[in-house]
Amino acid sequence: MDRIFSFAGLGDLLSLSFVQNAFVAAALLGLVAGALAPLIVARGMGFAVHGTAELAFTGGAAALLAGISVSVGAVVGAVIAGLVFGVLGLRQRERDSVIGVVLAFGLGLGVLLLSLYSGRASNKFGLLTGSIVSVDSSNIWVLVSVTIVVLATLAVIYRPLLFASADPDVASARGVPARVLSPLFAVLVALTTALAVPIVGAILVLAVTIIPGAAAARVTASPMAATLLAIGIAEVSLLGGTLLSLAPGLPVSGYVATIAFVAYLVCRGIGRARGQLRTS
Amino acid sequence: MKNGAMTTTPAVALRGARVAFGRRVLWESLDLEVAPGEFLAVLGPNGSGKTTLLRVLLGLQELDAGEARIGGAPVRRGAGDVGYIPQQKALAEDLPLRGADLVGLGFDGHRYGLGLRGRAVRRRRVAEALAAVGASEFAGAPAGRLSGGEQQRLRVAQALVGDPSVLLCDEPLLSLDLAHQRTVSHLIDERRRNAATAVVFVTHEINPILPLVDRILYLVDGRFRIGTPDEVMRSEVLSELYRTDVDVLRVQDRLVVVGVEDQHAHHEALA
Repeated sequence: MDRIFSFAGLGDLLSLSFVQNAFVAAALLGLVAGALAPLIVARGMGFAVHGTAELAFTGGAAALLAGISVSVGAVVGAVIAGLVFGVLGLRQRERDSVIGVVLAFGLGLGVLLLSLYSGRASNKFGLLTGSIVSVDSSNIWVLVSVTIVVLATLAVIYRPLLFASADPDVASARGVPARVLSPLFAVLVALTTALAVPIVGAILVLAVTIIPGAAAARVTASPMAATLLAIGIAEVSLLGGTLLSLAPGLPVSGYVATIAFVAYLVCRGIGRARGQLRTS
Repeated sequence: MKNGAMTTTPAVALRGARVAFGRRVLWESLDLEVAPGEFLAVLGPNGSGKTTLLRVLLGLQELDAGEARIGGAPVRRGAGDVGYIPQQKALAEDLPLRGADLVGLGFDGHRYGLGLRGRAVRRRRVAEALAAVGASEFAGAPAGRLSGGEQQRLRVAQALVGDPSVLLCDEPLLSLDLAHQRTVSHLIDERRRNAATAVVFVTHEINPILPLVDRILYLVDGRFRIGTPDEVMRSEVLSELYRTDVDVLRVQDRLVVVGVEDQHAHHEALA
């Protein structure tokens, strides 16, 4: 237990600038991931997000090998995946198999690229399991810009996107360009995923992009309340996870995923308790 | 309503309309006027172009020839005075929407931006639309967890909240039980009587709406006939349309068409 929960020297750690950067990064990621999560859940995009994360991993691994910025590589990989899935997202039936195919290839390629990389081992594992050390101050500005772009775009397209997510036929009839919004939203998700990969790792991106939305959906159906609650859960998971991971020096992702999972269980419990009052 | 309609602008007008996909002509030389407050049922087998007709009126499908007008103006995508009611499809359970939010999307869901201004107007209009369809009771419930009948009532409210002059319905009664079929068709009928909204109602089953229908457009394989139910739903008319022997029988107040394969509706997606 002592290895997993420890606060030894936490005060000193908190004064380090890379640790402070990690908290800023976690807070920004929580904001965008939480804002997108309810829509990701409503649109049934869980598998697409996972696929996007694996492609972000591939891009990051390629960048590591090429000696360029891992963030840039992750963004490129994720956006390509997002566009492919977003365009295919209109045809539900073949979507899962296409994502599976692309995901498997991307992951395999990424593993191969990582094996060829001869640099620090922590860089290798960082992409898969996340690492707060990966956030340096130059990345913070990338994070800030992406956060602003994603949130601003979401604010503009939110209502038509919600409409198209609820009822694509009626939304089209009302003139909502679902064919444009779907890939656009996939790109927003991809950008968020690319931000999340270095911090929580490719395999645990779902912890911050799906769990907060799924948890919120259990307790509220109000779009505003669901969004705020999802942001809250994402923030608590990411900031709490970062804090808990500091002293033990273990990957942040395990803590983040655990806190998010507990939040989900609590929300499910509340939802069930309330559901017994309603008959339907 | 049917007489005297000539003096006003028709709510819906098609002139010499033609739609073809490749070499297959769905229909051509289609002339049709629907007066304000008129209830037009569109019948026909699968693939006869019923949904395509709605797509044309919604501005989602271009005509190859002729013209289509709504309220005297050429059709356009996303026109505010057109309401659309689709067939019942279950909403995603995890949808972050309450009943009232779903109706609200019909009011301004096609607009960009967060729409923080004008929320009072929106709330009032949504409340009115919910009350009109008797859905106020479940306005606060998660839309994705309501029953099919309740969801369909919300869709009627969603179509009415924009105060449409034309209501386009694509098999809105499909997969509803009899009680809900009656409720939903009654709500649509009430709207066209109270607000003179023209109704174009695509269906494969005429009986649930037979008492409400003013005229029928019957489409079969590029051929069509327009007229009152008594003019169209006759053995000789349908035999000519289907080019085979068809019998139309009246059993109490229901029509039974014999000799045509049972047309189980197969939904042609709009998007």
